[in-house]
Amino acid sequence: MAVLTKGEEALKSEQPDRAARRRRRRNFNRREAIAGYLFISPWIIGFLVFTLGAMIYSLVISFSYYNLAKNTTRPAGLDNYRAMFDDPKVVMSLKNTLFYAIMAVPLEICFALMLALLLNWVGRTAGLFRTLYYLPKMTPMVATAAIFFLLLNGNTGAINRGLALIGIEGPQWLVDPAWVKPSIVLMTLWGVAGTMVIFLAALKNVPRELYEVASLDGAGTVRQFFTITIPMISSAIFFNVIVLTIAAMQVFDQAFLLFWRDQSNASPESSLFYGVYLFQQAFRQFDFGFASAMAWLLFVIIMVITAVQVRFGNRFVYYEAER
Amino acid sequence: MSITQPSSAALPTQAQPVGMAVAAEPTPREARPRSQAKGIVVRTFIWILLLGFSALFLYPFVWLLAASLKPRGQVFDNALIPETFVPENYLKVWDELPLLNWIGTSMVIALLAAGFVAISSAVVAFGFAYFRFPGRRILFGLVLATMMLPGAVTLVPQYLIWKNLGLLGTTVPLWGMNLFGSAFYIFLQRQFFLGLPRELFEAARVDGASYFGLFRRIALPLSIPSFIIVFLFEFQASWNNLQAALIYLNAGSPEDFTVPLGIAYAMTKYSPTAGGQGDYQYVMVASLLVTLPMLLLFAFGQRYFIEGVATTGRKG
Repeated sequence: MAVLTKGEEALKSEQPDRAARRRRRRNFNRREAIAGYLFISPWIIGFLVFTLGAMIYSLVISFSYYNLAKNTTRPAGLDNYRAMFDDPKVVMSLKNTLFYAIMAVPLEICFALMLALLLNWVGRTAGLFRTLYYLPKMTPMVATAAIFFLLLNGNTGAINRGLALIGIEGPQWLVDPAWVKPSIVLMTLWGVAGTMVIFLAALKNVPRELYEVASLDGAGTVRQFFTITIPMISSAIFFNVIVLTIAAMQVFDQAFLLFWRDQSNASPESSLFYGVYLFQQAFRQFDFGFASAMAWLLFVIIMVITAVQVRFGNRFVYYEAER
Repeated sequence: MSITQPSSAALPTQAQPVGMAVAAEPTPREARPRSQAKGIVVRTFIWILLLGFSALFLYPFVWLLAASLKPRGQVFDNALIPETFVPENYLKVWDELPLLNWIGTSMVIALLAAGFVAISSAVVAFGFAYFRFPGRRILFGLVLATMMLPGAVTLVPQYLIWKNLGLLGTTVPLWGMNLFGSAFYIFLQRQFFLGLPRELFEAARVDGASYFGLFRRIALPLSIPSFIIVFLFEFQASWNNLQAALIYLNAGSPEDFTVPLGIAYAMTKYSPTAGGQGDYQYVMVASLLVTLPMLLLFAFGQRYFIEGVATTGRKG
């Protein structure tokens, strides 16, 4: 992943050769360096205030009783973290979110890859289909949620009517706790075109000679897919898995719009995602200490998941540059 | 949250003109006469799939259009051609909901957010791309690292910052941070600047151009495509930003809402469980009207969107 490799590259190159580094430093043009700092100063200010400053502030808050509604601010030690692990809703929302991610990410990858393969095959008219498939991605999430809110209606919704045509009795999508997450997955799949475009670009980069050689050797389409296509686009798959997982862990809009808009507690608990519960704690209860502790837990979880994925991914991913 | 594509092959493509959108070419496999009958079957099957998916992707739009033209009782009948046409929905919706306010507010915020972030990111990106100064690599690594940070971590402190500045209830928190550049866009524009030949700048230096002159007269005019990509991405992101609007504007009156907040409000307003009458046709009209600007944006900037996603691995 570029983020890590870039960082590592930077670190590596700064460390080993002290002499070279000193030599380089002497070569810095003073005026040029000052101009450089001036150019990047907007980012430095933003970083110090809104990222680094905010992170430190958030960490401090997570160790405090900080409730805007009750107007309390005092040190809390580990109390927020303890309370968090004792709160069944935190655990439940975390489970819900992980469950959603495990269901959504592979489906998104497979669906996007299938669409990309179709478009890659079809040739000149691909542009038209690509445009059509991309339109849902342009639709504001609120509009998507509003449409699917009606389409997914268990009794009269178009999706269940469609399923009835082929003899399937559709579930109560937005009511039945077991079908809440598949509903959101469905909405996500409708807007899968971003991932598809990345796959399409990767497929274009696969050298065609590989297929020619393979088919001379008698490899069939399926065999070619698994021995050429998949390895050659593995870095795109890897990238999409990581990005989609991080996004899935932070899912908010869909769940909030469909289930937690009004403050009634009528919605099934299986629709309570981590991001939604965190938002409720922060901006409904104004329990900033608790919400900050939740945010840091999320950060750690995402880091761990990403690290595991990078570790596993590096075994399978084929990087062209390493040839 | 966005991360950049790992493949090193992404770098040279950055410099390509954006017009070269991804266009498929037929693979040679299909030209093989080995089993023509089988080929025709496969071909037909693929075309059926392509058209089938087109129908699935487009159906919600057609359904939306139809529902927006129906009377209250028929919204759920799923007819794609309304039994009773009620085009008055499109007139009444302006009385029902302050839709014009929402669109106006969102438009102003999106223009400010996109304009500011495109300019500030370009400035910072040029700083990283052209100048040599101590700590450049580490600082740029830090830029990339910030992309890994979940928004939830900084959500509360940022709220407190805006609160202490007395800016709650204004639209400033929805675009203010864009003045300081954004990691992903800085990366994107830096890649673009790196693709420009350095001699161009050296020549201008010899001619006496200032450092800022290099940026304004050479780098910026040559990087219009990446500038447009950043602008379009941020415009869309801003138009869709529900959470920030919930945090900073929800306490105000509905007239001051943005589009996402407004639609959420409308969904609740007409919901029978919240005491509404189930007038979902108005929600559908509003949804359609707020989607149109995005579709227009796509119509004009499609190649930028596709190219931007394809070369940088941006997730919307």
